[in-house]
Amino acid sequence: MTTTSDAPPRPREVLEAAVIRFAGDSGDGMQITGNQFTNTAALFGNDLATFPDYPAEIRAPAGTLPGVSGFQIHFGAREINTPGDTVDALIAMNPAALKVNLSDLKPNGILIVNVDNFKETDIRKAQMESNPLEDHSLDGYRLFPVELTTLTRAALRDVGLDTRSMDRCKNFLALGMCYWLFNREPDATERWLDEKFRAKPVLAEANKLALKAGFAYCAATEAFQVRYEVPPARLAPGLYRNLSGNTALAMGFVAAAQKSGRPLFQGSYPITPASDILHELSALKQYGVVTFQAEDEIAAICAAVGAAFAGSLAITTTSGPGMALKGETLGLATMVELPLVVVNVQRGGPSTGLPTKTEQADLLQALYGRNSEAPVPVLAPASPGDCFWVALEASRIALKYMLPVIVLSDGYLANGAEPWRIPDLDELGEIPVRLRTEAEGFEPYDRDPETLARPWALPGTPGLEHRVGGLEKQDGSGDVSYDPLNHERMVGLRAAKVEAVGADVPDAVPVGDPDGDLLVVGWGSTFGAITAALRPVRQAGHRVGHVHLRYLNPLPRNLGEVLKRYKKILIPELNRGQLAWVLRAKYLVDTVSYCKVQGKPFKHAELKARMEEVLAVEKER
Amino acid sequence: MSATLPVYKKKDFQSDQDVRWCPGCGDYAILSAVQAVFPELGIPKEKFVVVSGIGCSSRFPYYMNTFGFHGIHGRAPAIATGIKITRPDLEVWVATGDGDSLSIGGNHTIHLLRRNVGIKVLLFNNRIYGLTKGQYSPTSELGKRSKSTPYGSLDRPFNPLSLALGVEATFVARSVDIFQPHLKGVLKRAAAHGGSAFIEVLQNCNIFNDGAWERLTDKGLRDENTISLEHGQPLVFGKNRDKGIRRKGLELEVVTLGDGVSEDDLVIHDEHNPNPAYAFLLSRMDAQPGFPTPIGILRSVDAPRYELEIAEQINRVTEKKGPGELATLLHGGDTWEVK
Repeated sequence: MTTTSDAPPRPREVLEAAVIRFAGDSGDGMQITGNQFTNTAALFGNDLATFPDYPAEIRAPAGTLPGVSGFQIHFGAREINTPGDTVDALIAMNPAALKVNLSDLKPNGILIVNVDNFKETDIRKAQMESNPLEDHSLDGYRLFPVELTTLTRAALRDVGLDTRSMDRCKNFLALGMCYWLFNREPDATERWLDEKFRAKPVLAEANKLALKAGFAYCAATEAFQVRYEVPPARLAPGLYRNLSGNTALAMGFVAAAQKSGRPLFQGSYPITPASDILHELSALKQYGVVTFQAEDEIAAICAAVGAAFAGSLAITTTSGPGMALKGETLGLATMVELPLVVVNVQRGGPSTGLPTKTEQADLLQALYGRNSEAPVPVLAPASPGDCFWVALEASRIALKYMLPVIVLSDGYLANGAEPWRIPDLDELGEIPVRLRTEAEGFEPYDRDPETLARPWALPGTPGLEHRVGGLEKQDGSGDVSYDPLNHERMVGLRAAKVEAVGADVPDAVPVGDPDGDLLVVGWGSTFGAITAALRPVRQAGHRVGHVHLRYLNPLPRNLGEVLKRYKKILIPELNRGQLAWVLRAKYLVDTVSYCKVQGKPFKHAELKARMEEVLAVEKER
Repeated sequence: MSATLPVYKKKDFQSDQDVRWCPGCGDYAILSAVQAVFPELGIPKEKFVVVSGIGCSSRFPYYMNTFGFHGIHGRAPAIATGIKITRPDLEVWVATGDGDSLSIGGNHTIHLLRRNVGIKVLLFNNRIYGLTKGQYSPTSELGKRSKSTPYGSLDRPFNPLSLALGVEATFVARSVDIFQPHLKGVLKRAAAHGGSAFIEVLQNCNIFNDGAWERLTDKGLRDENTISLEHGQPLVFGKNRDKGIRRKGLELEVVTLGDGVSEDDLVIHDEHNPNPAYAFLLSRMDAQPGFPTPIGILRSVDAPRYELEIAEQINRVTEKKGPGELATLLHGGDTWEVK
């Protein structure tokens, strides 16, 4: 885009990284705005991490505190591990958004507000005593009051939209300002608008005009004295795309289906924050995917078990409350020894809890949340892009060992995004599947000596008629059996099968120092924050290692030995210490927990402080 | 290559497992009827899958020499749905009871029927919980004294057929365990139906609810208290076939033939009536004194089959977009190269 301007060119300041947060009403389009900035930053070559934070209510009353929706992006010329603890630039569309988000803005940070929304009623709705634009409470920031609504209406005067429709374009005016401020080209967003509003070109035109107007406003006025540059990051060579956790999971399962040659079946029931996996897969019919939106969570997993019996790569996707409902069927899947992948995109709980917020408090549920002895392998992705690889790996394990596998993602991974290097197809590996076809000597609970998997004998195969079910079965024949010793043997076999998966679990190799003062053990979505916090601690001369567990059951076979190489073990978790509980029980080691249950991810600063604290105590001893 | 089907006998569908229902249980008769009918359907044995939930009737799959899945309580319709919609080539039957399908599994039952998945549901209705030893069920009559209702049940019961018709099930029928020729006829008709088939089989539990259906099965009472529905035939019943069912506004009435009332005045049974209200009316009539209980096929209509619609939608999209390539999926959206 070329813009003519009489204003002098502004000096440019080069930054290693920057954090922007867009905040407004749920209806203000903040998620779209954030996603567009993200996409543009990604295409520019920045490394990045995002944190969409939105309310559970679809449209809380306009202008109120519960209705505030935010989108934060951290983008940089260096490796970016987290969405950022504090914000360099905050765009607040109304007083409520300002009030909710201001505490995260850095001192002297950039603060762009839509002054059109700072009338007395707006301020009252945000439960503020006085107008923050006038009472000097914002003196510590670089405040840019902009008439976003007025400017948008002026820019769209000739488009022929009603006022309401014009006002809905104001987020793109704000986005245009940010593009100017961070020296970004708007062409990717313009392409996206053309595509999105293909059926309504007038809306594409209006939003593009707003975008241009925001850019031109900054160029023409001298409000902003400086422009920023955040150069591309030095990522590993390759072709990249931007990817969120839920999309990555959906893609991973399609990849697993193609690599295994089994059709993909997804049984699911809508639940936040997992529904996007269903949305993604239901749009991929040309990949032969059968998606089934069931009548409830139980039907969703039961249909998946049925599909597995009939020969599909079957998955079911949910969040904590749905996981609780699926417990009995997960036990059934363990008993009938069929391949199944169960995805739990964890959220704040218990019960309905905090549906749109993140948490890691379903670990013990995943490990133990079924009646009787019903162990299952449990995997957890460490980043949005890693969700792809974990979906693939969970499917491979389920098919190889003929058992249900749980994947523990969470709300932060589900909605967060990062640049993802697109792998070549041969990097995905093969997923060999053996279907039993030979009737001679067939026994439904015969076992592969290495994996202990029973044969997958699909309905429709002559001579292999057999019955499976939740009643205990005789090893081998699969007949119903109440024999006490057989039961004990079968309980042992089901456990041994999960243990056998350990042969495929890579050894734990600490990042950082291989032994020393402190080992930080994490799992799941805390990977980025721990990585970011560890760097300065090690640079300060401490001997610290980081093990991030992707396999939570079975654990890496060398983990016990690794734990003993360090003086202290710190386990940060977004729960009350569940992994710590497991490791202490299994390895008889002492650990220090750092727990946070606020529905929010760790900030790397708080993790760093905690590491330093533990190290200081260790030094004093 | 000629694909001639082997000639099956009843014993081909009998598994090697000992049948462990109580002696005298009505389930034996139902098992026998199913094992007699399956060989006659012209379907390869390996294509049958029998799915069940929990309860006495749900042991059914173990006794059938077919593929079988003994599921968990109430969930057979959901498991069966997963099988049928991913493998429309399979012939999927569900064996379930009144507690299994109408209490804990009520939700799955109605949604299976609503979607018209091509699955046949055999509901064994003995109006009691047998396997847990004698608690009242959702079909037990009001006031039923049972282990868990020593002072009588306060629950108003379901009429299973009314429930199925309420969700517009496309095939709804009733038979009785000991009416073997009738039962086999109904099973064959159900097998021939493309969509969901819902068959209530009135079944006696001689241990916990003996004689629950005596009013219908006793030789002396049977003809007066049941009416066998035949498509295109007038609704006539009674030992002397001298009584009939006539329409009276939005209700039905029992009339005696003769004295100016002829069969021409009676309701002519139309199982293909597109309006489920007609069959619903039939399903409710024995709630009134003096009315017989209808057996046979109340409703049999054609409707799109869920599993075929799913396959069709996939084909349509694939035709339009071309078969999905994994590389295309991975490269979707905007990409950029890092050198």
